[in-house]
Amino acid sequence: MLCDECSKHKATVHLTEIINDQVTKLNLCESCAKKRGTQMEQHFGIADLLQGLADQDKPKASTAVQKVKCAACGMTFDEFKKIGRLRCARCYETFKTSLVPLLKRIHSANEHAGKTPPGQPEKPPAAPTAPPPPPRPATKSAPVNLDELKVRLKKAVDQERYEEAVALRDEIRRLESRKKPAA
Amino acid sequence: MSIRNLLGQTSEWLRGTGPNADIVMSSRIRLARNLDALAFSHWASKRQEREVLTRSEAAFAASKILKGSILIHMNDISDLDKQFLLERHLVSREQIVRPEFKAVAISDREMISIMVNEEDHLRSQVMQSGFALQEGWRIANQLDNELSVTLPFAFDPHWGYLTACPTNTGTGMRASVMLHLPALVMTKQVNRVIQAITKLGMVVRGLYGEGTDAEGNLFQVSNQITLGQSEPETIDHIERIIRQIIGHEENARKQLIKQNRELLYDKIWRALGVLKNAYIITSKETIHHLSMVRLGADLGVLPEFGRKDVNELFILTQPAHLQRMDGKLLSQSERDIKRALLIRQKLGGN
Repeated sequence: MLCDECSKHKATVHLTEIINDQVTKLNLCESCAKKRGTQMEQHFGIADLLQGLADQDKPKASTAVQKVKCAACGMTFDEFKKIGRLRCARCYETFKTSLVPLLKRIHSANEHAGKTPPGQPEKPPAAPTAPPPPPRPATKSAPVNLDELKVRLKKAVDQERYEEAVALRDEIRRLESRKKPAA
Repeated sequence: MSIRNLLGQTSEWLRGTGPNADIVMSSRIRLARNLDALAFSHWASKRQEREVLTRSEAAFAASKILKGSILIHMNDISDLDKQFLLERHLVSREQIVRPEFKAVAISDREMISIMVNEEDHLRSQVMQSGFALQEGWRIANQLDNELSVTLPFAFDPHWGYLTACPTNTGTGMRASVMLHLPALVMTKQVNRVIQAITKLGMVVRGLYGEGTDAEGNLFQVSNQITLGQSEPETIDHIERIIRQIIGHEENARKQLIKQNRELLYDKIWRALGVLKNAYIITSKETIHHLSMVRLGADLGVLPEFGRKDVNELFILTQPAHLQRMDGKLLSQSERDIKRALLIRQKLGGN
């Protein structure tokens, strides 16, 4: 395939942009891609495309939003646009306003419909009314034995009862973190 | 098992068996996951990268599904071995650069591999021969559930699994198939097919993924969307599309036999002739001719060749595999000679 720009050299950089079923394809040779000021890095294309997509939402996003820093990692949305990669899971919450339209453009959807990790509630609680308490592996009256819980965790994993295993894991973690300050 | 043993065995995905294995060479399910509360790989400090690696190693060691697997630290192996793993589709290009704290766990027969500290903390893949995405998802999901017990993954109820790149957010799943479409290429229909599937939210790439050409008439098709669809829905969607492509390729093969039998046979026998007689051959020329021999084997024109043997040659003739077999580094011209010799031996040539 020849370069769309110069029609002379072999196209080695392929960009595909899909927005609401509208496909735009651009095939460039290395030198034309460089001329366009694009970076010939391993992830060429993605950062570029994301920046383009995010920029389309610019008028709606105030400059204040662009300057917001993620409390966990310090990333700003401008930095994200340059790199096309988020720094940490907290960035999703920090840049929610800007990410919602971006994700919508990429996936034509905004709501996860896939699996939930075992042990987590399937849907977020809709109302503050008490959600059913997670299964507690040990009752209050029974003395909690950490070793015993670990044995039960192993057994649950062996028998592929992952929901129970996750509840046990969390219980072990809770008990261990309680023990720590005293140590 | 160690990296040395891999050379002597056939990867699960090259066996040439499974549903529609004549056209669907292999199926792959990949899941992207990150450990909660740690910066994503590109930004993680050395301490965090080490933590991801240590915790992952512990989780792999405790896994039932990964029993008998090996763990390779990318820092401990030579550049040649890194390339070797890449050619076998066990690691990505990203995984072989900046190897510190990067690792890969490889299961028995190479069906499962998990990269640690790639773009996401964990990238697990299940790769099988033939058209087997549902089976791949069943295994990948089971492994993911098992690892979730010891590794708390970054997850949001609204956005699903949180990944470094928003193109993976949600399921973090990429379902892909490697298609062998020589008849659609020969009848010049392939571009129309690619355009159509791109419009349906699929991505088409070559044998070695992003940015590679579809050499050897091999096309990798995968889903683009990871948010708003469940994993089984995504798989169902891609399966419906692939079934249609299989139908088109089958028709094109029938048409070729009916209308252009001599031309088709000529291409197949000439390809075999070159492979059996060449004393110097490049990797590109090899893949081109192997595609024709594979078609010949599938159509019963060359019944003496098994699909598995031809599939294997696609990988064994790659540069790092040749050098590994020889146990030393070879120049490009030395490799071209070595490659031709190997092919002659495998195909019973002169």
